Amino acid sequence: MTDNTAGPDHITGPTPDNALRDADRAAAGGPMLAADGTPLKKSLARALRRQKLRALGLIAPLLIFVLITFVIPIGDMLLRSIKNDIVADTLPRTVQSLSDWDAEAQDLPGEDVWTDFYIDMWFAAERKEHTRLGTRLNYELTGVSSLFRKTGRRVDRFDTDIYTDQFIALDPGWEEPQTWAAMLGDGPASDVLPLTAGAWEDWKAFNVEEGDKVLEEDVPDLMYTALYHELSQGADVSGLSDRLAAAGEAVGGFETVSLREQFADADEDWLDPEVWQIIQLYSPRVTPGYFANAADMQVTPDGVEARPENQRIYGMLFQRTLFMSLMITGSCILLGYPVAWLLANLPMRTANLLMILVLLPFWTSLLVRTSAWKVMLQQQGVINDVLVWLGLVADDARLTMINNQFGTIVAMTHILLPFMILPMYSVMQTIPPSYLRAAKSLGATNWTAFWRVYFPQSVPGIGAGSILVFILAIGYYITPEIVGGNTGTFISNRIAYHISSSLNWGLAAALGSILLVVVLVLYWAYDKIVGIDNVKLG
Amino acid sequence: MAEELVVKTGRPGMMRFTVPVVGGLGLILGFLTGNVVGAPWLGLILGALIGAVLGYGLNAMVPNKALGRWGVILVFALVGMLTGGLGGALGGAIIGAIISWFAYWIGRGTYRDDVPIYATPGQTLWWNFFLFLCGAIFIFLITPILVVMPLSFNAENFFTFTPEMLRLDPEGYSLKHYRDFFQTDDWQLALKNSLVIAPIATIISVSLGTLAAIGLSQSHVPGRRAIMAILISPMIVPLIISATGMFFFYSTLGNFLEGSIGMSKSLVGYIKVILAHAVLGIPFVIITVTATLVGFDRSLTRAAANMGADPVTTFFRVQMPLILPGVISGGLFAFITSFDEVVVVLFVGSAAQKTLPWQMFIGLREQISPTILAVATILVVISIALLTTVELLRRRSERLRGLSPG
Repeated sequence: MTDNTAGPDHITGPTPDNALRDADRAAAGGPMLAADGTPLKKSLARALRRQKLRALGLIAPLLIFVLITFVIPIGDMLLRSIKNDIVADTLPRTVQSLSDWDAEAQDLPGEDVWTDFYIDMWFAAERKEHTRLGTRLNYELTGVSSLFRKTGRRVDRFDTDIYTDQFIALDPGWEEPQTWAAMLGDGPASDVLPLTAGAWEDWKAFNVEEGDKVLEEDVPDLMYTALYHELSQGADVSGLSDRLAAAGEAVGGFETVSLREQFADADEDWLDPEVWQIIQLYSPRVTPGYFANAADMQVTPDGVEARPENQRIYGMLFQRTLFMSLMITGSCILLGYPVAWLLANLPMRTANLLMILVLLPFWTSLLVRTSAWKVMLQQQGVINDVLVWLGLVADDARLTMINNQFGTIVAMTHILLPFMILPMYSVMQTIPPSYLRAAKSLGATNWTAFWRVYFPQSVPGIGAGSILVFILAIGYYITPEIVGGNTGTFISNRIAYHISSSLNWGLAAALGSILLVVVLVLYWAYDKIVGIDNVKLG
Repeated sequence: MAEELVVKTGRPGMMRFTVPVVGGLGLILGFLTGNVVGAPWLGLILGALIGAVLGYGLNAMVPNKALGRWGVILVFALVGMLTGGLGGALGGAIIGAIISWFAYWIGRGTYRDDVPIYATPGQTLWWNFFLFLCGAIFIFLITPILVVMPLSFNAENFFTFTPEMLRLDPEGYSLKHYRDFFQTDDWQLALKNSLVIAPIATIISVSLGTLAAIGLSQSHVPGRRAIMAILISPMIVPLIISATGMFFFYSTLGNFLEGSIGMSKSLVGYIKVILAHAVLGIPFVIITVTATLVGFDRSLTRAAANMGADPVTTFFRVQMPLILPGVISGGLFAFITSFDEVVVVLFVGSAAQKTLPWQMFIGLREQISPTILAVATILVVISIALLTTVELLRRRSERLRGLSPG
């Protein structure tokens, strides 16, 4: 696998670069001229530049292709592991008003927040976004999902219509959308009543999304609630319009309804400060929450802290992935070393024949090999059958070799063994057999000759093979999924689970990012030790 | 001294060595065979006796090796036939082949052929133990693939050998899983998808990859190492991470293609899977083609230019024919990558783009049917064909580039 012969960067001969260097050396005695009269240095520099551009031009299409179809998607995944737009997008007002709330005090937020939350929830429920938000927050606090779902169904039927009725009783003009449009269109009213104006903008936008005309729709209760809330908080509406001024006078005597009670009515969990803490904690658009989760920790108002003992699984999974990858790498070394040695020391013809036995598994579909191991290892499988037939194992005590760590390690050792043998083989081929004979003739025992002379020279092959096998093993998904059962799965199986079953994509991205960092460090090491352009196949 | 050498290169002592060693193997085989019929200790004694007799008899009385071996195999097969039918005959023949080979191997001293004449008995033992060890590892490598083949002809819907199959009863075998493969819509759709996706992905990765490999092998490439690292990365980054990243990004891309450009859903699905597979195949093309270009004699292109050929003509008439073997084997690698790939297609594709590996994966996870093994056998045959092609191409390439004499 290693090949350190002249790479394209060490070419001797008449290349522009070499000629340029020569010209540099010769420049001491005045400028040398090329055939067309320009200084030789300049003309060579131009040729060199053209050559570089041509090389880049040839590479560019592929580089752009790989960047777009591969590098950007990976970068996108990395971003996703910290991105948390959903809370701030779904509950914009609540997030803002909740930011001043003191989570430590264990008090429930004030009526401001409840009003904002009512408006946000109303729109979220209309747009069916509240369930998504509930699912997202459910990852952090169990039970939030059903809380949001339940409330979403109720928020439309809150008793806030008493404000509607009272405003209309005061002045029938309040029933007309035109009144609201004229009042909040622009001008001073929207400055004095920011909440109401904002709600109106959202209502207009919502109607556009639905393809409705805002002037033909009934004004929703939440507009009256928002207006009431702002007027009762003492918004200064004097001098705006008579209707508004009259309403401002009258709100003091309005019959009121507590939104907090309404929410508590829908689900009493709203009275639990913990729910509000979670909403506040996850309101920023960037969160360390997924990474904390992936490291078996959680974000709390006091900072990041470890999860309770019984909820930690990822640390264990990462440990298991590392342990099993090491086991697989180790058994590949143990099995690959003798074979590579044999192949490197046999006559060419025999070695080529035996090489087919190594290359055939390498070329055979991964799923074929995995299904073959299922056939071999299962309780009614070939190995158990043979053992029972030979009488070595009782029929009712068949060995359990599949759906556990053993199965995964055996199957993956088999699958990755060629990746160990091939680099080892190409390194061992370069070790002259005469060294061993020389060592022995100088009095070394067999073991000393091997251990002190041969083995050190074969270490680069072991290193190259090990890193390759380890990198491949650590991210394996298919084989552990099929033969791993519950105890033999890797972190990648968990990532796949989060992508396709639990739909916790942020967590999947965070787990993937951690795994990617590990692999990239190994990749870097591989590049340093072996050199990535020295990889050879087949 | 000379006397000692003659002793060592001659045949091993009959009574001191051959008879006990062959008897020892007979003992083990006898124990195992006895265990099958429920009389391990009787088998052990009988086996040791038969082994010792064979060890002596074959070496002392049957100098014709072929005759001796076939005789033993025939007798053992007959005994097996009488006790266990056709399957027993097969087992008997195998045991006969092993013990008769071993008897001659030990008795004639063939086991010393590969060690130097001065090797001590310990070294000889170690060498042969080492050979057996390597043999066992080769068996470990190849058995799972071989076991799949007979099972795919199973007449039952099991993943296991039935008693009929072990008795070599024709009733136990059938082609029904192959029929199942060729007649089920699910499998046919999967096959068709694989045959559409893999070639197109291969063409993309080969054409872009070859150009880039030629660019990379120029003498001056700014940032060569970094570019190489990026281009190889699809091979190094674990598939599950590539799949996760692509899952997010390609769904956005798909929505864009469907929504803004108005392509049909299934076309977009194919485009996504093909792009994903093409990028996964690129490292293989880059690696094989750059490896071929390392040995490329640059003066050839200069000679062509000297004779008035423009770069395009030079490329197609001079460079391309010489690097073609590398390009083709890179293409085969890319093809097999796409043809085998399941993680990314599971994440990026939808059911309409179900490929063969996908269908196999579902089959292995959910309903276990030997149709999978029939497909597996077909795939093994295909990979043998591909392996042969790559090997022939490699030799041709080395010959063309003058790297090896033959």
